[in-house]
Amino acid sequence: MTVTVRRLRVTARQTGRIALQAALVAVVCGLAYAAFLNATENLARAHIASGFRFWDNTAGFNISQTLIDYSASTSTFGRAFWVGLLNTLLVAGIGIVLATVLGFIIGIARLSRNWLVAHLAGGYVELIRNIPLLLQILFWYNAVLKALPELRESIAIPGGGLLNNRGLFLPHPDFAPGFGAVLIALVAGLAGTFALHVWERRRQELTGAQPQILGWGLALIIGLPLAVFALAGFPLSFSFPQVSRFNVVGGIEILPEFVALLFALSVYTAAFIAEVVRAGILSVAPGQTEAAQSLGLRPGATLRLVVVPQAMRVIVPPLTNQYLNLTKNSSLAVAIGYPDLVQVFAGSVLNITGQAVEVIAITMAVYLAVSLFTSLLMNLYGRTTAIAER
Amino acid sequence: MVAQLLLKGLVMKRLATAFAIAMLFAFGAQSAWSQTLKAVKDRGQLICGANGTLAGFGLPDPQGNWTGFDVDFCRAIAAAIFNDPAKVKFVPLTAANRFTALQSGEVDVLARNTTWTMSRDTSLGIDFAAVNYYDGQGFIVHKSLKVSSALELNGASVCVQQGTTTELNLADYFRSHHMDLKTVTFATADEAVKAYDTSRCDSYTTDSSGLYGERLRLANPNDNIVLPEIISKEPLSPAVRQGDDSWEDLVRWVHHAMLDAEELGVTKTNVDEQLKSPNPEIRRLLGVEGQFGQSLGLTNDWAYRIIKLVGNYGESFERNVGQGSPLKIARGLNALWTKGGLQYGLPIR
Repeated sequence: MTVTVRRLRVTARQTGRIALQAALVAVVCGLAYAAFLNATENLARAHIASGFRFWDNTAGFNISQTLIDYSASTSTFGRAFWVGLLNTLLVAGIGIVLATVLGFIIGIARLSRNWLVAHLAGGYVELIRNIPLLLQILFWYNAVLKALPELRESIAIPGGGLLNNRGLFLPHPDFAPGFGAVLIALVAGLAGTFALHVWERRRQELTGAQPQILGWGLALIIGLPLAVFALAGFPLSFSFPQVSRFNVVGGIEILPEFVALLFALSVYTAAFIAEVVRAGILSVAPGQTEAAQSLGLRPGATLRLVVVPQAMRVIVPPLTNQYLNLTKNSSLAVAIGYPDLVQVFAGSVLNITGQAVEVIAITMAVYLAVSLFTSLLMNLYGRTTAIAER
Repeated sequence: MVAQLLLKGLVMKRLATAFAIAMLFAFGAQSAWSQTLKAVKDRGQLICGANGTLAGFGLPDPQGNWTGFDVDFCRAIAAAIFNDPAKVKFVPLTAANRFTALQSGEVDVLARNTTWTMSRDTSLGIDFAAVNYYDGQGFIVHKSLKVSSALELNGASVCVQQGTTTELNLADYFRSHHMDLKTVTFATADEAVKAYDTSRCDSYTTDSSGLYGERLRLANPNDNIVLPEIISKEPLSPAVRQGDDSWEDLVRWVHHAMLDAEELGVTKTNVDEQLKSPNPEIRRLLGVEGQFGQSLGLTNDWAYRIIKLVGNYGESFERNVGQGSPLKIARGLNALWTKGGLQYGLPIR
């Protein structure tokens, strides 16, 4: 057995190039370090506090939406940072899902043969993507708020909810100890359905029979947890929101700022995603559609089974761009008072501590980390849609 | 071979430039903060950080002329330096960027109803010159809520501007009285007031002087009442950068000149006759005797200029926030010490 080792033969020319590049890297690092030293020196001379000791100081201010425990009197600035970050991730995460769904629908609709549908979708795209996002956020906030009634005239939602201009209040579920079993049953049902899906696919490849998943899937995902729920003695109760003198007490509160920001971000980014999707679909050779139709596939199946899987190769990189844009655009929450990372950290904390350099550097680093992570996930997904080379 | 040599030359040149820039970064551009007065005189104009949206303190009128109590203070500084109260450029600043603007040198003095607190004094690299307005934080609520005291606000939503002492005092007050609080914070006071007006929140809180000003801008001012409680001390003071002691002295003594003028009875209308007064305090104030202006880097008639062109403390107060204005705020704590208030002019001698 022979083992071949590729020996790296470095010529004089390559040595020179490597040396130059190493020198350039050293200079860039030197520049960055010199700038850092200069900044700390100037801050010290101007008697501006520097360092990260502020992280453990008491925050002292309230935040209107906190996904984790937070109190003005005992929580630190570090805790406020995490609260803001979670709020940003929440609105970005849900926004990405909504924008993708809406964007795919609009993008495919724009290619429809129905004149009205195609032009409505086109009008939507042209209108939404040409109006600045900040104006759209303000529109949604003022339109959403003005349309909602005041506290005393709250709209009662069937099921025990309340809707007014302070927010949407839903019944708060109180989980009894037995609920864990229901969750386990749900997970088992999902796993079972997935296994069934894989098995049916294999059966289809071998015998050509259509997969029969729907009935069994529903039974596993819905029926099984329900059965466990009943067996465990219905371990779930609700506390309902009620109008009190000043506010609504009880229930889950969904802020109007959150809803306005979410809708504005989703609608705006969906317009861009629609164009990305349309470009992706148009990039698939028309021969594919013709071949699919000549095989007898109907337009819906053609799209789902032939065109879109091939279009995903072209869609995923610009789609990643739009996801990152949405995440960064969520910082416009400052305009309407939604407590996202920028408003809480680069707004309140920066002003109370006065340490602009550290706070802004941390905020930038966090956005960079979130964006890099998102694009990493999308690149991994993109590899699965790549065309397999021989 | 030749091409590669040329390429190396180009890269070397770029490296050299980069190295030079690096040296510049490391050793260059040290801020010369101790030269503020010289910079202002060379520029021919004072740059003053002001509010821009607060009636009575700093607000441009529809023609673009700035008026207000803090605006008058900056005009007094300009009058002392240039003998012209119009040689000021006002930069509207929000609570979020006011300190950064001062720290970075964008403005020479910050006269923006800013509370003098220990953390701001010690860790922001700024100094406060003198308290020109003793204020306190209060609440405004809709009359329809039938609330007559701040202690009845348990569970209320309160709109507040972020990055202010107001935000912190609000949390402290509700915590110490064991009341529940929902805050809705906004970047600017405008948005907070608008949210309060549309009943997004039950109450709006800011300094008491600001409450009266903001109430005038509500849709129905008479449907709102200001609650009687003052829940904090808010000594409002103009601020300057640390490290320039002579500029800080100048700003401080402009304030005290205006106070001394009111105490001695020197007004905008009678200042010319007061030049002939035999009272030694008035003579020192107006520069007839002594060289006090020069010790600040100004002319000896610096205080005469201030009073003639802007007025004394009482005149500025009444004109902007007192009985001569729509706000109609009483002197209260801001009366002279001889009338039971806290304003105490330091002696010019």
